[in-house]
Amino acid sequence: MRVGLFVTCLVDLMRPRIGFATLKLLQNSGCEVVVPEGQTCCGQPGFNSGDRESGRLLAQRFLKDFESFDYVVIPSGSCTGMIRHHYAQLFPADPALQKRINALSARTYELTQFLHTVLHIQNLHSSFKGNITYHDSCSGLRELGIKLQPRQLIGQVAGAQLREMEKPETCCGFGGAFSIKLGDIASRMADNKCQDVQASGADAIVGGDLGCLLNIEGRLRRMGDESTQVLHVAEVLVGPEALADLGED
Amino acid sequence: MLLTSFSFKSNVKKKLVDPVLQKNMKRFGGRFVIARAEVMKEVDNLEDIRVAAAAIRDGILANLDSYLITFEERAQARGTTVHWAETAQDVNRILIEIAKANGVRKIVKSKSMVSEESGLNDAVAAADMQVIETDLGEYILQLADEPPSHIIAPAIHKNVEEVAELFSKHHHTPRQTNIPALCREAREQLRPHFISADMGISGGNFLIAETGSVVIVTNEGNGRMVTTLPKIHVAITGIEKVLPTLNDLSTILRLLPRSATGQSITNYVSMLTGPKGADDVDGPEQSHIILVDSGRSRLLGTELQRALRCIRCGACMNHCPVYQNIGGHAYGWVYPGPIGAVLTPSYVGLKNALDLPQASTLCGACEVVCPVKIPLPELMRVLREQSFEQRLRPWSERFSIGVWRTMANHPRVYARFAQVAARLLHLMGGKKGLLHWLPGLDGWTDGRDMPAPTGKTFRELYAKRKS
Repeated sequence: MRVGLFVTCLVDLMRPRIGFATLKLLQNSGCEVVVPEGQTCCGQPGFNSGDRESGRLLAQRFLKDFESFDYVVIPSGSCTGMIRHHYAQLFPADPALQKRINALSARTYELTQFLHTVLHIQNLHSSFKGNITYHDSCSGLRELGIKLQPRQLIGQVAGAQLREMEKPETCCGFGGAFSIKLGDIASRMADNKCQDVQASGADAIVGGDLGCLLNIEGRLRRMGDESTQVLHVAEVLVGPEALADLGED
Repeated sequence: MLLTSFSFKSNVKKKLVDPVLQKNMKRFGGRFVIARAEVMKEVDNLEDIRVAAAAIRDGILANLDSYLITFEERAQARGTTVHWAETAQDVNRILIEIAKANGVRKIVKSKSMVSEESGLNDAVAAADMQVIETDLGEYILQLADEPPSHIIAPAIHKNVEEVAELFSKHHHTPRQTNIPALCREAREQLRPHFISADMGISGGNFLIAETGSVVIVTNEGNGRMVTTLPKIHVAITGIEKVLPTLNDLSTILRLLPRSATGQSITNYVSMLTGPKGADDVDGPEQSHIILVDSGRSRLLGTELQRALRCIRCGACMNHCPVYQNIGGHAYGWVYPGPIGAVLTPSYVGLKNALDLPQASTLCGACEVVCPVKIPLPELMRVLREQSFEQRLRPWSERFSIGVWRTMANHPRVYARFAQVAARLLHLMGGKKGLLHWLPGLDGWTDGRDMPAPTGKTFRELYAKRKS
């Protein structure tokens, strides 16, 4: 099975390790993984700021780069949601293009969705020491219905204990450009989230979207919390040994 | 109502540090959310009803003109006078004309958000008539001289201490904080007004085209007093509130109270059809309806038309994490929360409420609970597109999007830029890997650190490994 990996702009720039963890998880499951070079961003920052044109340009780029794969996997619910729910709408006057986009987006999956629903992963051979609380990122949860998949997969990680926080489904306040344009509200929402994380008694807050994780980590550290780990679900699923091998140099 | 939506950002700054408001909002917090979730368990086909309700509302909006004409004919046949108000100012003018023609001195009023659009109370007071709000929340706010902050729980931003203070000051009574006692006190104050008022004003949750009725959905009973005791009843409502039949009403009523307050049904659902008949023992001698456009018809036939499905339950604001943190006043007009972020710019002009469609993470919590399935995030995005196309957003924002768009469409340039940025920000992040301040990104760094990149991009590392 040939899988195209869409790394996402945030992972590329901020946390390449998450990209490698994703790559490794897919390879471990027997996928042939290709990372097309032409990829940049799904277009959401422009699209959500009212610039449809950037959405259209990047949707076409995505189509060109990924149409030949059996599946596309993305370590982000938000980018996957953009592709699955918004790309086709960008071309109301071009049904032929819409058809191609729909066909590709039906093969496009968020990482935990893919591992759980397509690959039916039952044994991850990973371990984690401590309690994990899972934040349901909005697009993954509400556009893609991701809720049980990451929890079921974390359940396969030896030593990982899931401790739900209060309101895991409440937005952390990231919202892309919102987090800068309306930073006061975003910080308050992040603060509420961090308090729920801390109250859960978890050692690590885990999620499937780097944007939310940067927002939560940024607030935790500003609050003076240097001990709560902030991890992408791919990092937890791949396990500490594999993660050490991935290195970043 | 005085418009302050254009200063949304500074409104927000004040509200976030208002300790009383913050405490009151926390207390309100999930009350309606929990109640709604609980009561929806009674409904085993919620999704089917939502789909049906959305279809009913869409069907009306597609043929609004003919439904309104039918409504007018049926209402007139039952003796109601129908008035058409094109603008908010027309609402005040028409109401004052009716009042003056009948020598009205005192008016009692049950809750009407539409009347807030035109600032009716101030206009009536300026015309030398007394108007008394009789919905408990609205009554409290009239004493406090404040606008509502929520469409169904207008005084939700106030606590019992503040109400006790207001009552004691205005009623000249001993201060008390027992809630049932405060309710009794309000009732004692209001009762003489119900009896002595010359006119009653109500809103209208729905207009029924087949019967010419106005439907009001209430809990306190003041609505019935206002619409039956005074000699003249005037209902004020938006033109979009029509439902074809009573059957349609029954569908919508399965959703409205449940979505709003988490009740299976409200204490009162009143169907008002014309003035007192020859055989009726009570009821008003005159019945009037003011149908208000005030920007609504502009949305017909556009992508924003779906916002007119709204049945004013307030679920979107109850579930909105932005609303929960800033309260309703920050939005600066009649309708707060996600529906307000769509309706306010549509009714008062986008440039007067430019930040409202931006005031959402597009988390989608509102859309999931909306009983008539209004795609609120999508509609906020439509308004963002209009702001962008009309060049209403700050030049710096448009410029950055333009630069980003060009780079993202040129992978080599993009990769090079990302490589440099990753290195630079990594160095700036120091040992702890945290950026405490970033030029141009103080919106982020004022309240949060920015975790720094780890130094090299994925693309760079991947190319190296492959070779």
